Amino acid sequence: MSEPTPKSRLSLLQAAFVVARRDFTAVLFSRVFFFFLLGPLFPLLVGALAGGVGSVIDKSSGEPEIGIAMSAADVDAMIAAHGALKPVLGGGLPQLRVLERLKPGETYDARAALTGSEGNVAGVITGTPERPTLTAPAGRIGWLRGDVALLAATALGNAPAVFPEVATAEVATSGASEKRARLATAQAGQLLLFLLIMLLAGMVLSNLVEEKANKVIEILAAAIPMDAVFLGKLFAMLGVSLVGITVWASVIGGVFALSGSLLGGFADPSSLPDPGVGWPAFLALAVAYFAMGYLLLGSLFLAIGSLATTVREVQTLSMPVTMAQVLLFFFASYAMAQPGEPVELAAIAFPLSSPFAMLARAAQDEAVLPHLAALAWQALWVGIAVRTGAGLFRRRVMKSGPQKARRKGLTALFRNGSARRA
Amino acid sequence: MMNAALGQAPYSRNDSRAPEGPLAIEARGLVKRFDGTLAVDGVDLAVPEGAIYGILGPNGAGKTTALRMILGIIEPDSGTRRVLGHERPQDIARLIGYLPEERGLYPSMKAYEAIAFMGALRGLPLKVGRERGRELLERHGLGHAAERQVRQLSKGMAQTVQLLGTLVHEPKLVVLDEPFSGLDAINQGKLERLIRSLADKGTTVIFSTHVIAHAERLCEGVAIIAGGKVPYAGSVDAARDRIPAQVRLETRHADGPWQAALPPGSRAEGNFWSFPLPESGVEPLLRALIEGDAGILSLSIERAGLHDAFVAIAGEAAARALAEETPAEART
Repeated sequence: MSEPTPKSRLSLLQAAFVVARRDFTAVLFSRVFFFFLLGPLFPLLVGALAGGVGSVIDKSSGEPEIGIAMSAADVDAMIAAHGALKPVLGGGLPQLRVLERLKPGETYDARAALTGSEGNVAGVITGTPERPTLTAPAGRIGWLRGDVALLAATALGNAPAVFPEVATAEVATSGASEKRARLATAQAGQLLLFLLIMLLAGMVLSNLVEEKANKVIEILAAAIPMDAVFLGKLFAMLGVSLVGITVWASVIGGVFALSGSLLGGFADPSSLPDPGVGWPAFLALAVAYFAMGYLLLGSLFLAIGSLATTVREVQTLSMPVTMAQVLLFFFASYAMAQPGEPVELAAIAFPLSSPFAMLARAAQDEAVLPHLAALAWQALWVGIAVRTGAGLFRRRVMKSGPQKARRKGLTALFRNGSARRA
Repeated sequence: MMNAALGQAPYSRNDSRAPEGPLAIEARGLVKRFDGTLAVDGVDLAVPEGAIYGILGPNGAGKTTALRMILGIIEPDSGTRRVLGHERPQDIARLIGYLPEERGLYPSMKAYEAIAFMGALRGLPLKVGRERGRELLERHGLGHAAERQVRQLSKGMAQTVQLLGTLVHEPKLVVLDEPFSGLDAINQGKLERLIRSLADKGTTVIFSTHVIAHAERLCEGVAIIAGGKVPYAGSVDAARDRIPAQVRLETRHADGPWQAALPPGSRAEGNFWSFPLPESGVEPLLRALIEGDAGILSLSIERAGLHDAFVAIAGEAAARALAEETPAEART
């Protein structure tokens, strides 16, 4: 009996590195990476456009008016009062809109005017300045009652004719506005994380399908363990994304630097609202949560890719996962507005929504320790996902049986496939 | 060679002349089913180290599945295999080169990079692989294409690049699945020479083919596979020896008492006679023909070819399937 030849092969990590290096350089020096860099600009552009339109809409719809229907003399007195109060109260006092100058004995149906109104009338004042009647929806009455009283009092000459000058003292922000700013940071962070992960998971999937289509997969399968192929692909795309993030960070940093020295500080970083954990920790956590989220979803997508042989099959198979991921994103977004509530804890606990939910928490809350626990929890699930995905990938990726033999549904994921007999 | 896991080397089942020395590949009872269909049904193989070995059979016979199982690309449902003494071929990936039937290269890679990448998968440092890639391309007349992307190469050139990628890490065992398919006659000749040169250096080469001529010209050992079974695995000589040699005789006279000396089953076409070589040899027959005044004009003993052996072993249907798949230029 001959002596067996000594073992001679690459370790799992070495083999994964060979695959990762190939994929990394192939993607980095391709047009795909260029589009990857540009990718986040599209949603930002759409967001900016939508925001612009929204702000216009908001502006136009955000200045409600009070309609007035009184006798001509009373209307004039009220307008004069409004004119006197407006410079002092500014935007706090709604515009006055004359609906009707009533003749003696004439009445006005304020209820009908409000129901049929096409304008922006929030309430209608009728009666006289001595006995004004406010007609408005329940939610508006409390808000408008004071304004109406002030207007009527001023019209009657009961209010102070000269308003004292008010001294002002400026503060940076109130508790409420800081909370709003942090919420905005959390929303932006979640959205960016979601877009990036979806973009990358899609890229890793199409990369695998291309490999199956050009038959390289058998060369890989013959030379190295399938787990190494799986890991290599996953980490190559992670590397690509980190390069992308570095490029974006450099560009953004450059813009800030330029703004400080050349452009008059239009983009002053200190003007950005601080996230709960502070910017350095927030950015580090964003990268960590991105890595976890991507590895989880990428494993899922690679396992799906191992089942598919054509782009059409990939689209069919990945659609439900994509939709589920969108739902999870919305779930995490919804949970963000309810910190500490069971819904937020559920979003944190569920592995696929956890990175989004925790990033939002990093933006809103100062505590750092929960993030370490969350990262450990997510890392555990990443381990499970990578292992399960690699197992499925190993079992399925070399199968190329006839279409008729393919079963639909979940059973197809776990059955043994049919390689072509030759 | 014999080992505890496999017992007696299976070579001896079909061929009394079992290979001497160590085996590069031993497979016993390999079975693979796909969706209930039996693709490979108990394949036994014993490939001696340093040999050129062919797996011969029509398309769909189970050649690729058998090779994939041997290389560990897919696992058998039952049976055992050892490659260079290892039950897990992945453990000795650096020593194996594999050219799959379905050729595959990254279209955007340069030719020499593709070769280096395939070497890197087998443990060859990338830098060394690049140098060797350029050298190999130069040696095989493709030096001008080293910097070209694979997508810019012709099909034949891409096939050569992939073959060179299979060999760049200088493996001890080279497995080629249908290496001649898609090549023109000139490139088939080049490939035959390359396979011989590998064997001369001590490399074991095993290849699958549906062209008998390639196996007959190149191989010392052959496994005939049909319908997922291996009815014969052994030396090419032993396969041919299964069919008795044919004697062809031309006489001056069409008949005479000497005819009684011809063995039963002899066929006559005018003055030409053909019959299997008698077990007693040709000398007693010659004596009888001379004494009977047959007037011998010519007598030749023709040894059976691998094709005859294939027909006798695998049956007419398999041989017909094989013939239909064989391109005209490869039949010679």
